[in-house]
Amino acid sequence: MRQVAVNMVETLARQDDRVVFIGSDLGPGLLKNMKADMPDRFFMEGVAEQHIIGMAAGMAMEGYIPYINTIATFLTRRCFDQIAIDVCLENLPVRLIASGGGLVYAPLGPTHLAFEDMGLLRTLPNMAIAAPVDAPEMERLMRASLDWKGPLYIRLAKGGDPVVSRAEAGFAIGKAIAMRQGGDVTLIGTGIMTGRALAAAEQLETQGISASVLHMHTVKPLDDAAVLEAAAGTGLIVTVEEHTRIGGLGSAVAELLAETDGAPRLLRLALPDAFPEGYGSQDNLLSLAGLTVDGITGAVTKALEGRK
Amino acid sequence: MDDRSKYLRRLVIDALEGGGRGHIGSSMSLVEILRVLYDDVLDVRPDDPRWPDRDRCILSKGHGCLTWYAVLADKGFFPKEELLRQCRAGAMLGGHPERAHIPGVEASTGSLGHGLSIGTGMAIAARMQKRPSRVFVITGDGELDEGSVWEAAMHAGKHRLENLVALVDYNKLQSYGPVKEVLDLEPLADKWRAFGWGVKEVDGHDVDALRAQLSTLPFEAGKPSVLICHTVKGKGFDFAEHQATWHHKARVEAPDVARMREALERA
Repeated sequence: MRQVAVNMVETLARQDDRVVFIGSDLGPGLLKNMKADMPDRFFMEGVAEQHIIGMAAGMAMEGYIPYINTIATFLTRRCFDQIAIDVCLENLPVRLIASGGGLVYAPLGPTHLAFEDMGLLRTLPNMAIAAPVDAPEMERLMRASLDWKGPLYIRLAKGGDPVVSRAEAGFAIGKAIAMRQGGDVTLIGTGIMTGRALAAAEQLETQGISASVLHMHTVKPLDDAAVLEAAAGTGLIVTVEEHTRIGGLGSAVAELLAETDGAPRLLRLALPDAFPEGYGSQDNLLSLAGLTVDGITGAVTKALEGRK
Repeated sequence: MDDRSKYLRRLVIDALEGGGRGHIGSSMSLVEILRVLYDDVLDVRPDDPRWPDRDRCILSKGHGCLTWYAVLADKGFFPKEELLRQCRAGAMLGGHPERAHIPGVEASTGSLGHGLSIGTGMAIAARMQKRPSRVFVITGDGELDEGSVWEAAMHAGKHRLENLVALVDYNKLQSYGPVKEVLDLEPLADKWRAFGWGVKEVDGHDVDALRAQLSTLPFEAGKPSVLICHTVKGKGFDFAEHQATWHHKARVEAPDVARMREALERA
């Protein structure tokens, strides 16, 4: 997924000379063809993330579309003020491609775990936040990003994620994708968790529970209409995300439903409000939080039983 | 102090009176720097503020904006009457400059340590687009405590941004007290030199000296330029000069205004 995102910057740069790439201090050889063919639009500027955001803002004010790539936590936590003032206040077309979204960097520990990135950025006016489910969808997002008017945060998953998206479903930033229809429960996922939600829906089917699955690749702006339509059709909504339960997809949906008359019950499956503990793999940490296919299935079953 | 410097200070006093608040000390140290930039150096068009080939000016020490507002209004970027409403409900001008609302303002500043990075992005863009534009970024001395300034300084040096000029308003006083005590910047010129900049120093209230230095840009071929302007916080109001208590006043009342007007006549 990361490779697709980064390669797409080069593709976009070849078709539109407003596109520039800015990296902090990334792996050797990254985008070497872009660097060779478009040296004036390739910047690798060192471990100076705050500066890079301001620099990108300055370039965007002069008509460029900067695509920045570095590690998610450094982009979000460290540069929050620059993102707020330099980029969002001016509503500039700066794209933040965040490596290691969620728990991808599990072996590296909490300094590198972007478990609150969406919550942070969701509070900023003008910021759009997207988390594709797989590499083909990342490509569609990147194509759509070129003409997106304001700032955009792009959360990268680990790479090698199972492909569950379908090209024929189309793609538009801010528009959810209905991936499965069912009448008992609606699972809403973002990022790679949509894949797990789909698998959980299959498992629920074997238990006689019919589940809709809505893929919310864009957490902000939230596709309110899609959520409300799902709310009208099923009695239970379950959000599934690789993010702290505060501020992410579940919060966004909760905020919407809280202001909706007769809204169905909402269950938020997310990481606890705690710094993720332990190392191992992304899957290990997700399992600890119950964010597995079995965990989702079990939580949904329990919630439905509670209603009977 | 000559008539023009006094006149611009009077506009700032008008704004302080109208808004009832503002950063006084840090606005007064800037008057001659901004005056020389707009009178003698910057290629800008008040009637076409976003003319692509213009020089860009960023007041990274956004709290000094009362003087910037006075100069921009004097140059005709917007009506002088706006000065009298600064910080009031419905005003165009706030306590820190906002790009979206104020003609001539190139970046929204006030959160310190942002301006030089934005300026480097603009300078790179101008070079890529082969525009003659130069970018001037005015920083405070207290602002240089921010690490992001030095990230930008290193970066501008790396890219040999001849079209980028930083001006340090070195009034030696930050909010809490003397810069030397809060966080000493010395040797300041050497720091910039070490980051790849051409460096000059000047009395930041000496209009002729400022003009002379800024007529020699870039200071060194293939390098960004920094002019370290030695200034006096509160310059022009003898009772406020070198006084940290005059950095910012949340309430400026009639007696303060009268004192400032009287002091200015003595200056």
